[in-house]
Amino acid sequence: MAETFLRRRAPELFGVATLVASVLVFEALVRGGVVNRYIIPPPSDILLAFERVIVEEHILTRCRDTAIEMIIAGGASVLVGVPIGALLYRSSLWRRAMEDWIGALAAAPIVLAFPLFLVLFGRSPKTIIVMGFVHGLAPIILKTVEGLASTRPVLINVGRSLKMTPSQMFWKILFPSALPVIFTGIRLSWTFVLITIVGVEYLINLGGLGQLINELAERYDLPGTYAGICFVVMVSVLFFVALERVEAWLQPGR
Amino acid sequence: MASNMNQSAEAALVIDDVVKRFGRGQEIVTAVDHVSFTVKQGEFVSVIGPSGCGKSTLFNIIGGLLGDYEGAVKIGDERISAPHPAVGMVFQEESTFPWRTVIDNVAFPLELQGVAKSERMDRAHHFIDMVGLASFEKAFPSQLSGGMKQRVSIARTLVSQPKILLMDEPFAALDEQTRLLLGDKITQIQQQLNQTTLLITHNLTEAVQLSDRIVVMTYRPGRVKRIVNIDLPRPRTSDVVGSDAFGHYVAEIWNDLREEASRGMADSESAASRRAAHG
Ligand SMILES: Nc1ncnc2c1ncn2[C@@H]1O[C@H](COP(=O)(O)OP(=O)(O)OP(=O)(O)O)[C@@H](O)[C@H]1O
Ligand SMILES: [Mg+2]
Repeated sequence: MAETFLRRRAPELFGVATLVASVLVFEALVRGGVVNRYIIPPPSDILLAFERVIVEEHILTRCRDTAIEMIIAGGASVLVGVPIGALLYRSSLWRRAMEDWIGALAAAPIVLAFPLFLVLFGRSPKTIIVMGFVHGLAPIILKTVEGLASTRPVLINVGRSLKMTPSQMFWKILFPSALPVIFTGIRLSWTFVLITIVGVEYLINLGGLGQLINELAERYDLPGTYAGICFVVMVSVLFFVALERVEAWLQPGR
Repeated sequence: MASNMNQSAEAALVIDDVVKRFGRGQEIVTAVDHVSFTVKQGEFVSVIGPSGCGKSTLFNIIGGLLGDYEGAVKIGDERISAPHPAVGMVFQEESTFPWRTVIDNVAFPLELQGVAKSERMDRAHHFIDMVGLASFEKAFPSQLSGGMKQRVSIARTLVSQPKILLMDEPFAALDEQTRLLLGDKITQIQQQLNQTTLLITHNLTEAVQLSDRIVVMTYRPGRVKRIVNIDLPRPRTSDVVGSDAFGHYVAEIWNDLREEASRGMADSESAASRRAAHG
């Protein structure tokens, strides 16, 4: 029993062990003076700083602020991106004209354009949300087109033989067939959205988790800053694990 | 109704001098060349021929997916140039919807027609039972074997009770044993429903096991070489495969087919050597 449990969980256990080992190595390096403790504080200090960061820095409100921005920006990029993808799939001229540009948009470091957005939308959550949305749009458009275009021709023929209308064809065959690929696009997109939102919060010192890191850094509270960063990483990991669960639940049988 | 009955003894499906060419100029390929035959009401007809002889092309024309052809495919007085509600198609490739359970796959055509949910489930259930998948209604296609998925496709086509069942090598991807047993299933269903069926195949035993008549096609251009009546007793099971009469038919048709198949092979070999010489 114990042996099979170990074997089954081996990858996770190995991952945790690696993490613990590297933390210990850092601890040793910092305490031994090989790494400057004013650049990287000892991991034990960071661990201790967690309590302070969570208790004293209104962490819940900050999580909520970032989450709201995330939901609006991420939701908007899905609601706008999927229809645009569907339109591009329909029109091969548009598709050929636009696809490279959208690809470029996906690759561009949009965070760097924050002064422009600042001018347009002011130092407000609007700027953060719009930038997140813009960065999240491209992957969803591209993956929607890809998903629709990769529908197996025989399934389309089944639809034709049943005399389906174009709208039935879209909603009952093309869209469900494209869904797994669209979900890949959403995961990619929301990663971009999260990075952009936390990044811009940090840059313009406003709002949720990004601002927290900024404030701690300006106070030269290094253990606190690193604890904040670790916290953001942990929250996003949890978020994406949850997203994967939702995805599996929405698509039984795949 | 009465005139309908009279006609029903006649042809349910008429294929009249059908020609289909692909490409243009120097590169024209004649895939189907002046093909004519009929399928009577309640009859099971197979079209057999070597790979590349135009069987799927003919299938697509009869199914109305390939509207641009010469000659006429007729159901009653109607010339087919778009999918016709009287024709149900089962495709060569696996064609279940992976995002639907077995029962939702089978009920799909009824859903399109707006049949109420409880009735649609009842009717789907009936046909799932008929293809022997009753205990898999809630399963998804990814949980089924290839043969089971093909049976789901067949049930999905039967559920709208098409006058003519049209199948393109539905068992091509299956092993011989599964194929024989599924053949039994098909025979049963066909006898139960008195289903008019046109089966496209390249499998000789399958054709003889199932058919009332077999249309033998030539290799490129695809013409009708011969039409053979199969006078094996009905009701039939796969047991006929062992009988002398069965062997006799197989041998007879193989005689016709061998010539065509070897022409096909010579063709692809010479194409390959030409490619090798060029490359
Ligand atoms: N859309 C098309 N455009 C051009 N040529 C085609 C097209 N479809 C089929 N052909 C040609 O027509 C011929 C017949 O093809 P078809 O698919 O009907 O053969 P088949 O008898 O179904 O073969 P198989 O048994 O391998 O499925 C082939 O030579 C093929 O190259
Ligand atoms: Mg074919």
